[in-house]
Amino acid sequence: MPNPSSRFSPATACLAAAAALLAGTAAPVAAATPRDVLIEVAEHGPNSLDPMTPAANETSQLVAWQIYDRLVTHALKATPDGKTVYDASKLEPELAESWTVDPDGKTMVFHLRKDAVFHDGSPVTAADVKWSFDRAIAAGGFPAIQMAAGSLTDPKQFTAVDDHTFKITLDAANKLTMPDLTVPVPDIMNAKLALSHATAEDPWALNWTREHDAGGGPYKIASWKPGDQIVFERFDAWKSGPAPAMKRVVYREIASPGTRRALLEKGDVDVSIGLPPKDYAELASAGKVNVIGTLMQNEMFYVDLSTTTKPFDNKLVRQAVAYAVPYAAIMSQALYGRGEPMFGADPKAPYAPKWPVASPYQTDLAKAKDLLKQAGYPDGFKTEMFIDMSQSTVQEPMALLIQEQLKKIGIDMAITKVPGSEWFARMGSKKLPMDINYFYGWLDYPEYFYFWTYDGKNNSVFNTPNYVNPALDELTNAARFEKEPAKYDALISKMNTIAMDDVPRIPIAHLFSDIALQKDVKGYVYWFHTNLDYRFITKN
Amino acid sequence: MSSLITVAKRVSSAVPSLIGVVIVTFLLARALPGDPAAYYAGASATPESIAQIRAKLGLDRSWLVQFGDYVNHLVHGDLGQSVSSGAPVLTDLATRLPASIELTGAALLFALLLGLPLGILAATRPGSPVDHLCRVLVTVGAAFPTFFVALLLVFVFYFKLGIAPEPLGRLNEIYQTAPPTVTGLLLVDTLLAGDGEAFRAAFGQLVLPAVSLGLFALAPIARITRAAMLEALASDYARTARAMGLARGRIVFVYALRNAALPIVNILGMVFSFLLGANVLVEQVFAWPGIGAYAVKAVIASDYAAVQGFVLMMAVVFILLNLGVDLLAAAMDPRVRYDG
Repeated sequence: MPNPSSRFSPATACLAAAAALLAGTAAPVAAATPRDVLIEVAEHGPNSLDPMTPAANETSQLVAWQIYDRLVTHALKATPDGKTVYDASKLEPELAESWTVDPDGKTMVFHLRKDAVFHDGSPVTAADVKWSFDRAIAAGGFPAIQMAAGSLTDPKQFTAVDDHTFKITLDAANKLTMPDLTVPVPDIMNAKLALSHATAEDPWALNWTREHDAGGGPYKIASWKPGDQIVFERFDAWKSGPAPAMKRVVYREIASPGTRRALLEKGDVDVSIGLPPKDYAELASAGKVNVIGTLMQNEMFYVDLSTTTKPFDNKLVRQAVAYAVPYAAIMSQALYGRGEPMFGADPKAPYAPKWPVASPYQTDLAKAKDLLKQAGYPDGFKTEMFIDMSQSTVQEPMALLIQEQLKKIGIDMAITKVPGSEWFARMGSKKLPMDINYFYGWLDYPEYFYFWTYDGKNNSVFNTPNYVNPALDELTNAARFEKEPAKYDALISKMNTIAMDDVPRIPIAHLFSDIALQKDVKGYVYWFHTNLDYRFITKN
Repeated sequence: MSSLITVAKRVSSAVPSLIGVVIVTFLLARALPGDPAAYYAGASATPESIAQIRAKLGLDRSWLVQFGDYVNHLVHGDLGQSVSSGAPVLTDLATRLPASIELTGAALLFALLLGLPLGILAATRPGSPVDHLCRVLVTVGAAFPTFFVALLLVFVFYFKLGIAPEPLGRLNEIYQTAPPTVTGLLLVDTLLAGDGEAFRAAFGQLVLPAVSLGLFALAPIARITRAAMLEALASDYARTARAMGLARGRIVFVYALRNAALPIVNILGMVFSFLLGANVLVEQVFAWPGIGAYAVKAVIASDYAAVQGFVLMMAVVFILLNLGVDLLAAAMDPRVRYDG
């Protein structure tokens, strides 16, 4: 048979065409991003532009932070290691240019800026503020709970005295009230604009603000494609602070962390957030981009042990596990050092009056075995650990390390991954023998952390171990209202002692809030909500 | 006329499947593990706040009432509101389906351009190096997970060589303006708008994801082509044609290929519908705003309305696609028309 190859030109041509398609792509634009545009990539985007809407996710708070003003905000301060963080102890004007608090702390009067306008150009009045505060309470759910933390629970507490004066009255002074006004919940909305879109079923216009901007903050929404990207544009008539440098901010959702990292390393995006700790560790050591890791405020990463499930109802068993956890391996192989160790404190030294504090536990298998024997489990037992599937990059290797270690003292630990949608429900069931968890507080007070995580009376979803200790609850409550510093410190130290001795949760680490940025992007500020604040960003 | 009747018959036979899909997806969505109310109550949830959200989402009513409500809305063309994206499901799907169709279509075109000639060449020369190449490509294409291929392509062509654009979705809107939406297919819309630069950019964005996905689709196409062509070339009519001294090109492309086309078209329909929903990982790597990633997100968040809407839409797409394939097969091969 003669060689027929020359006769098959159509097929060969097709092959060549396909190969050409592979090679001949359009010439890419490989330049750096524009100087007055910030491009941020993240895993998740907002599902609402207003955190008040039911089922609004956490990223909606990022949006609210940029497009809405609040009455007051915090000052900034530099940390000893050269980072910029917000100053929890110092308030600054935002929409309110000044305010007075009565000596008894029960009445607060805010004087609004007279020249402030909303994005549609209409002036900001005290009536808008009053409506916004009423709405945050009426919204229910998380916003109402957050308002209640500052004793803001009843619309009667809020009065529009005149066009530019707003008054809050409390039944009793609460030190959390002022800080609570800075969080992205009592956001000041354009009441007239929102009300023009209200309906009988939706008197607070939540359906409208879900998709529309009713704010007067430093940025307005230029466009939003849910699940894809949101574009912010500077609001040039903003009066509540110095004008931001960035004209536009593009926030892109990119599910794959590998792509987010590649985009940053190539210089096509300015900021990449939500990378796994391993990537941050590698990027930090490579030095091509800046990695800023700020220890999170009022935060702890830990292993929960259910105090109402056998055998963890026995304190000795909990302590045994606390002595068995392979702390060093978790720090290096699961967290890649992106946090501060929270174990191995001197057992004789008293606990500092702060949170988080390190536990006195460290890996000591002999002690763990001994404690198990004392507890009546010399041969160990079977148990189960639950981890959140959406956090499996860190939690799965960590769970495996713990599993391997516990086997050495006879504990047979199974690992169950729970999908994200089920996680809070499972936590709320308070039936997880073991789980990996973390919590951080927007407000920087140890007793605030305790209230959410250790308090048996509040017993929130974050008290996953179902820990109930009336003595500790009493101390937590006393600390909330203690005004004398020495007494307050003594209370917090005592609370720490109880929490560490009873060990319903085993402290592992105090995590960094990590962010990776191009070298020319400056002005990153760590805020309690851990989101990027676009106002302070500059590019050289 | 008879073809019109065929179409009507086919379409009406799809109605029971659609009703079934509506019922099954409703039940399946509710069988998903997890409690959407607890999920969205999220941080600092209390039993009261969860109950409030449950009431607002209408999940506190009986399934029967919820189903009646769902069907009633469906009849009015309302697929409900997605909780995870915050937009109406219909809007979400309408903006995302064209992205997926464009990607899948391009991937299929790539697979076809490569797979068809490869299969034909392999069949005409069994045991030759081309045949082995075909086998290797088919095995590799089927064996490597698409996300791995996708990441590899990003690493080589974007990260190392820098000849591919940044994997930022369909169009880099920092430099390009999206054309007015007409068809939703960017390649078409940019051409309609007469924006050559945006077309080039959109095409550049499409190449890597389409190739990653296309390599996966290559395997079945090349394999089926090879098998069908081998069978056709070994048939009596091909032998007769050869004996009569017809040109080899004519035998292969006119007689054999036409007869082998039927299984190829069938497999194309299957591959297309499969790729449309199954390209989640490619979408995630390239930040492609398609329906696969949307569906996965919805399932993870127990977003009932979005899951139901997605499955329903896929069912409709499958039915339409099957119909199209059937009609095409009938047009191409008279034997099909007499199948009953």
